[in-house]
Amino acid sequence: MKLLRGPWLWILAALIMLLTAALVPASSGLWRMIDYERRFLAVVVAVFCGAVVYWIRHARQGGEITVRRVPGLEAIDEAVGRATEMGRACIFVPGIQDMNEVQTIASMTVLARVARTTAQYNAIVQVPTAKSLVMTSAREVVQAAYLAVGRPDAYNPDSIYYVTDEQFGYVAHLSGMMVRDRPAACFYMGSFFAESLILAETGNAIGAIQIAGTAQPAQLPFFVAACDYTLIGEEFFAASAYLSGSPAELGSLKGQDVGKIIVAVILLIGVTLATVAEISGSPALARAVELLQFDILN
Amino acid sequence: MKRTIPFLIASVAGFVLIIAYFVPFAEGWGESVSIWFDVLAAIAFILGGGNLLKNHLQKVSARKPGWAYSAITVAAFALTLFAGLAKLGATPNPQYPASSAWSGAYRETGTVFWWIYEYAFVPLTATIFALLAFYVASAAFRAFRARNTEAALLLGTAFIILLGRTFAGVYLTSWLPDSLYGLRIENLSVDIMRVFVTAGNRAIMIGIALGTAAVSLKILLGVDRSYLGSGDE
Repeated sequence: MKLLRGPWLWILAALIMLLTAALVPASSGLWRMIDYERRFLAVVVAVFCGAVVYWIRHARQGGEITVRRVPGLEAIDEAVGRATEMGRACIFVPGIQDMNEVQTIASMTVLARVARTTAQYNAIVQVPTAKSLVMTSAREVVQAAYLAVGRPDAYNPDSIYYVTDEQFGYVAHLSGMMVRDRPAACFYMGSFFAESLILAETGNAIGAIQIAGTAQPAQLPFFVAACDYTLIGEEFFAASAYLSGSPAELGSLKGQDVGKIIVAVILLIGVTLATVAEISGSPALARAVELLQFDILN
Repeated sequence: MKRTIPFLIASVAGFVLIIAYFVPFAEGWGESVSIWFDVLAAIAFILGGGNLLKNHLQKVSARKPGWAYSAITVAAFALTLFAGLAKLGATPNPQYPASSAWSGAYRETGTVFWWIYEYAFVPLTATIFALLAFYVASAAFRAFRARNTEAALLLGTAFIILLGRTFAGVYLTSWLPDSLYGLRIENLSVDIMRVFVTAGNRAIMIGIALGTAAVSLKILLGVDRSYLGSGDE
């Protein structure tokens, strides 16, 4: 029975799902319930979600989870402290996407931390937004942060405002504001496109301490070049767990690591199979590579 | 209650989208959820427009520094809104010839809205976008200073890539014999992009994909509710 507990149950379930996806013929009634073309993706999603849920449970039951330091997140206090000392504001830019974008949701978590620190230090945080729904959510988050540190009186809803939906109109407003008001700390967290470099370079020119986080790979080099700290992709998504320190959220990070191990194993298998198939010229191995590349990973 | 209902809406919508992706008969559900979001965002735009007007009118009223810019913003907002709503300059739809310009499309060529868009908005947007070239130059100047070995490697790689994309780069190494074809700058540039850059990019993409899935799951299960303003971060 011990074998059917813990990770073994998850591994067994994963194997059964994988075998079902691989062996059950396309004509089976099962594929009326699940899209046949997406069967392997469904297995990958189920296995990954299973891993995350398992590690969340594990952490909740007292299992120890260690997380490495993320300098970008630890620098938040330093940046807000510097702004307080200089008597200048902090600005938080939550990207230009709406609340249906997971990066914008992740940015709200970091905003909660920034707002909490500004409330503690009696600093000002300004949140110009490019979407109305983001403005509403940001107001809720900042208000809750000010309440949490016992300073509801210091909360100013006018510091979180809507600018425009237009990408470059938003950038023009932010750049102008940064040059005029010279904020001491700039946070860029969320989904960014061409505006990333304009914002980060303007912030750099005014000497602000800058922390950025995004999951847009094309914008990462710009932030790395112009900001003091950059949260790269998954670090940005890990911010919530890192900042809260709650076991459940830390457990999800461990689940992500399991996902990475699975990806690494699949990569190794694929590379080895492709290499051996090329060297040996075996049609069976070539078919296996095709199956992996086009059926399972497609 | 204030947080439970939004959480339930987010959770149900999220699970519906997942089911719609994998279950053939539920395909239409995902589309419905997306339409609901669009309706919500459109209504929320009134909130944003109201907030914009409030902020700028307050600035004008208090004669704060830069109030003239706020006045221009409010005037531009009002003019564009009126031109769009009143469909100024729109020709009546041929299906309803007896009716006024209201049956036409507000964005058709020749309308006041179209004119504002084409001759004010597009040039202004293009101007801001064009500034990017100068920002790229200043960022590259800072990033490519050879302060240590890593920075020198970055500089060397960037030099090859940039040179490989120009005619001068192709000309410089065109004398190399065919046996050293791979060492020609344009080919080195392609190889760097295809092998090293792609490998690094894919590693980042895998991390992002797993991070996105984990965050989404935490939101759907209610493990992370910080976006609802719970104060738990």
